Amino acid sequence: MSGLAILIPVALLMGLSGLAFFFWAMRNGQFEDLDGAAQRVLIDDEAQAAAAQDDDKMDKNHDKA
Amino acid sequence: MNAVTPLDGAKADGVDNIVSRFAVPAIRCAGCISKIENGLAGEQNILSARVNFSTKQVAVSHLPSLREDTIKHKIEQLGFDAQILADNPLAEEKGGTDKLIRALAVAGFGMMNIMLLSVSVWSGAMGTTRDLFHWISALIAIPVIGYSGRPFFSSAFMALRYGRTNMDVPITIGIILATGLSLFETMTSGAHAYFESVVMLIFFLLAGRVLDGMMRDRAREGISALLKQTAPGAMVLDEDGKTRWVASKELRADMRMMVAAGDNLAADGVIEKGASNFDFALMTGESEPQHKMSGDLVLAGTLNLTAPVTVRITAAGEDTSLSDIARLMDEAGQQRSFYVRVADKAARYYAPAVHSLALLAFVYWMLAGVGWHQSLLISVAVLIITCPCALGLAVPAAQVVASGALLRKGVMIKDGSALERLAEADRVLFDKTGTLTLGRPVPLNLDHLSIPQKQVALALAQASSHPVSKGIRNALLAGDITPANLDAVEEVPGEGMSASWDDIRVALGKPVKVADHLSCQLTIGDEHFAIELQDDIRPDAVSAIDRLNRLGLPGTIISGDNAASVAKISRAVGLTAQASASPQDKLHLISKLSASGHKVLMVGDGLNDGPALAAAHVSIAPGSASDVGQQAADAVFTSDSFLPVALAVQTAQRTMQIVRQNFVLAIGYNILAVPLALTGMVTPLIAAIAMSLSSLIVVGNALRLNGAAK
Repeated sequence: MSGLAILIPVALLMGLSGLAFFFWAMRNGQFEDLDGAAQRVLIDDEAQAAAAQDDDKMDKNHDKA
Repeated sequence: MNAVTPLDGAKADGVDNIVSRFAVPAIRCAGCISKIENGLAGEQNILSARVNFSTKQVAVSHLPSLREDTIKHKIEQLGFDAQILADNPLAEEKGGTDKLIRALAVAGFGMMNIMLLSVSVWSGAMGTTRDLFHWISALIAIPVIGYSGRPFFSSAFMALRYGRTNMDVPITIGIILATGLSLFETMTSGAHAYFESVVMLIFFLLAGRVLDGMMRDRAREGISALLKQTAPGAMVLDEDGKTRWVASKELRADMRMMVAAGDNLAADGVIEKGASNFDFALMTGESEPQHKMSGDLVLAGTLNLTAPVTVRITAAGEDTSLSDIARLMDEAGQQRSFYVRVADKAARYYAPAVHSLALLAFVYWMLAGVGWHQSLLISVAVLIITCPCALGLAVPAAQVVASGALLRKGVMIKDGSALERLAEADRVLFDKTGTLTLGRPVPLNLDHLSIPQKQVALALAQASSHPVSKGIRNALLAGDITPANLDAVEEVPGEGMSASWDDIRVALGKPVKVADHLSCQLTIGDEHFAIELQDDIRPDAVSAIDRLNRLGLPGTIISGDNAASVAKISRAVGLTAQASASPQDKLHLISKLSASGHKVLMVGDGLNDGPALAAAHVSIAPGSASDVGQQAADAVFTSDSFLPVALAVQTAQRTMQIVRQNFVLAIGYNILAVPLALTGMVTPLIAAIAMSLSSLIVVGNALRLNGAAK
């Protein structure tokens, strides 16, 4: 029984923090561009240095898409 | 990781930077994202650029000194066609869905926690433990109901204030009664509290609303990316000869604006200097350009095709003839706002029935002598068990699945009511140019020309943005022709292109309308060749019209074009037709059909179809349509093929079939559950199981629509 005094507040707190996190994510625009997030994984950071080379590769990607 | 950081973080916060939005439909891969973001971030005065892949838009944060059209130019230099997005006229309710999602999240949180406590009560918690759990449930439930229930409370309040009822009235009464009773039970150490049922009810109903809202937002964002925008502003020539960029809404009468070839006019005005061809397609729906010179009136939204002109503004903003037509459409669309959504229609019969049933139960048990407490408990159980979960969830779930299926086929449905009205349509009217046809003239007899002649034609056509030139250019480029080297290329407004080719005079004359098609003359030295052009019928038009016929929608063509052109198309697709119809004629035909009890589906594109699109029971426009057409229409299809029109109707009819099945399921569930509630056998446990089970069945049934658009 006395365990409940701890467990229920803990459960509520965890639920609330999840809710707060979701609200933050919404306000932060995390759900604005779901398809974009999937695409951005494919962008090479290093490739920006060798832009010319990269353009070539991207054009190929473009054709495929 | 690959987010574009501002050039100088501190500066970005200190200065009033402006965020401008651009529609870039050609964003198709990760490469495009990095190309645009990196390309723009390197520019001076641009703080950051962020691509939204889902909506195909770029948000650019920049210093006020940088003009929107300069940024547009920069995006174009990167190899992407861009359109400046002004404040999106369709996005006015953008925040609505976000609010609903927050309410849904809170309801979900409350539902899970209360359910956790309720399960312990159901599995046998007694005495103080049960009371404690009921109190904790109440503490969670009351703020949750207060927050998440607001959409229902406010809507029910609005309806009651105007002496009507809608679906939210029985929901609100059920929520308030059940909460009040549960609170009373908690305070008096009663055996049953219905908090979890109430919160679950709110959760399921909100899920339906969120689906409805997401569907609307998705379609609107898609359509706003297509909008071509009347010019966002103009270069204004000041008294002292300097030019500056003025946004559309700040333009005033008597300003003089310089309009370059290829620009849209931002206001109505009279040409002061220069002469040019104007594309009035937005006004008339016909792509044939009109020649205007000094002293002539030109209208906002028309496209200057050939030469720069200076225009003295006579009317700007709300006073332009473009806005007049928009107002005419608003009025024509008024009657549509009287349309009652199917769920509300059902609620009209459902709510009084449920309320009298609960009341009868209360009166019966009072008479039977079980006391007011037991009687109230039973009538609340009736209200909870009959609460229109299926109505709230079933309709939007079916519609969102159907619109998702249609979206994959290139049809964007603006909202659920459009699907309902589409299913009811029993007549269809087609516009011709741009709707049944592609609205792009295609040359027919280029094979007669020799290779050098083709090269000359391509070189001439390339230099002009006239729709006929574009048609010739596209056809020749597709045939792997390279342009000839021409000197002194000149476009004479209203006459055509001329140039010299190795000292031979060459020209591409202006197109002439010959009965049912266009014809233009290619001159090389002394030789003349006629290039015949025809506006092609959309692929699949015949089979789509056939399908519509089988779905119970016989069609007619109504067009503003001349009889010969219309006859040719009507023969090809096998429909009767009315030619030379003005926008008023179209409107008149629709009201005549409506008066005789028909529900008309209007398929059209031009501004001249705008009033007809708004007045028809339901309307569809192609993605190539004018902005006005797309805003007036209930649905927009983006493909060249005409088949999506038939698919949309077919899917709408299937959707309504599923919705009707869902109603039957929901009512069947009530027939089983209401006797239990009436006899006082429904405990919170049974209510919770029944509610989730019926919701699951109804959503599962709606998911069958996924493959409906075939």
